[in-house]
Amino acid sequence: MLVSMEVFLLNQLTMETPDNLKYTQEHEWVKIDGDTATVGITDFAQSELGDIVYVEVETVDQSLAQNEVFGTVEAVKAVSDLFMPISGTIIAFNEKLEDDSELVNNSPYEDGWMIKIKIENPEELEALMSAEAYKELTNA
Amino acid sequence: MFFLANFIFTFAIPIFEVEKIEKMKKTPLSAIHEALGAKMVEFAGYYMPVSYAGIKEEHQTVREGVGMFDVSHMGEFIVRGKEALDLIQLVTSNDVSKLDIGDAQYSCLPNKNGGIVDDLLVYRLPEDQCAAGEQAYMLVVNASNMEKDWNWINDHNQFDAQLYNISDETALLAIQGPKATAALASLTEMDLENMKYYTFEKGKFAGFDKVIVSATGYTGSGGFEVYAPSEHAAEIWNAIMAAGEPHGIKPIGLGARDTLRLEMGFCLYGNDIDDTTSPIEAGLSWITKLQKGNFHSCEIFNAQKLTGIRKKLVGFEMIDRGIPRKGYKILDEEGKEIGEVTSGTQGPSVKKAIGMGYVKMGHHKSGSEIYLDIRGKRIKAQVVKMPFYKAK
Repeated sequence: MLVSMEVFLLNQLTMETPDNLKYTQEHEWVKIDGDTATVGITDFAQSELGDIVYVEVETVDQSLAQNEVFGTVEAVKAVSDLFMPISGTIIAFNEKLEDDSELVNNSPYEDGWMIKIKIENPEELEALMSAEAYKELTNA
Repeated sequence: MFFLANFIFTFAIPIFEVEKIEKMKKTPLSAIHEALGAKMVEFAGYYMPVSYAGIKEEHQTVREGVGMFDVSHMGEFIVRGKEALDLIQLVTSNDVSKLDIGDAQYSCLPNKNGGIVDDLLVYRLPEDQCAAGEQAYMLVVNASNMEKDWNWINDHNQFDAQLYNISDETALLAIQGPKATAALASLTEMDLENMKYYTFEKGKFAGFDKVIVSATGYTGSGGFEVYAPSEHAAEIWNAIMAAGEPHGIKPIGLGARDTLRLEMGFCLYGNDIDDTTSPIEAGLSWITKLQKGNFHSCEIFNAQKLTGIRKKLVGFEMIDRGIPRKGYKILDEEGKEIGEVTSGTQGPSVKKAIGMGYVKMGHHKSGSEIYLDIRGKRIKAQVVKMPFYKAK
């Protein structure tokens, strides 16, 4: 089934993975701006989930450790937990997602951002993946 | 994040590895789906398209226009012989004696403990290949149950009836939606416009003989199902895409098939019905004909009708925010468990979070408030009458 592999690779090539962001194994992206990190899910993740119908984040103002669950994303036919890429306090949730969760599908790296975190341990940022490493992960 | 759970189907997993794909069974149209850019998954051991343009868009296409599904993974058995009717009467719950040639019927195969081996369609076929006194039927079964059904029916065949499994040689396309008749009209002389629901014709279609076109489906938006020899499946698919093009026909995956059927409250085997649920509990009394004579578990079903059942399959919509999923517990006002969700989704046409599940009697009436345990939180829902979606 060589055809399958070609189609699969083609899909991978059309996925966006901006170079200026950091990535996690859980298919989240992190944008660092001073002591604030903006977090969302990757283009690959939104594409795998399909039409997103609900983003539930009820942890604003809470201080959570790295890898703790901060919310849930529901697609028509799939549901997935959202994990803290780094430790910190959640200082904002993208309230536009309340009424327009499809922003995550249409603009995963811009309008579809999910939370902002006040960074607690800057050294945790070191362990996050580069765009290149993430591309390799999703091509594996 | 990643995939806490994928609720498209119980055993659907995204596919990335070539070796895995090679082991799966293919329909005659797998290469076409790949070329169309479908997202492929494993379903019931088959390599199947789950979506092309996205579930919501595909769902809308079927509700408002016309879409085509490859459901060639479904199993087809032919039952032929002088006692074919007797065999099917024994193993199915509906009354097959009511069928004329050209009729189809929804039914189920009960087991002997009051549960369901599978749900199926029974077609009474033309008798052109029958000897004098013989009848012929086609049974259309779920891919996931094909072997189980085949063994079950054969084990109970003490009749003058022969069974043939024609699943591998048979492709099945479902062309569904309000524009389905228009999309197919140029491909056949059959009078599709006046074909009654749950009837069919066998004849020439897209230039090929012996094609069955039946006015059936699993979407609630009307349309047809086309049974054709596998070797012609690709040509027929392409002919339908070409003929339907002016009507906006699009390929539709199994994801939208699930949201479409769920909005209609149609049962999915393995979710809403299984070896442990009775058709009476599942709201399928209408296909359980206790007057027709002996069939498997008929005494159990009769007792359930007389003395009642303990649980019932109901439809519900969410009042609080949240999306029901298979396996979530259903609770009463005090938080006591009263049942379990069997199917759930955000309904693209009804624009609500909807679900089906079994609840203890007493909580089954429409209007009853129930609660779902969604990741430890109690989320309110309300029992409603099905279907959720009513065609305009």
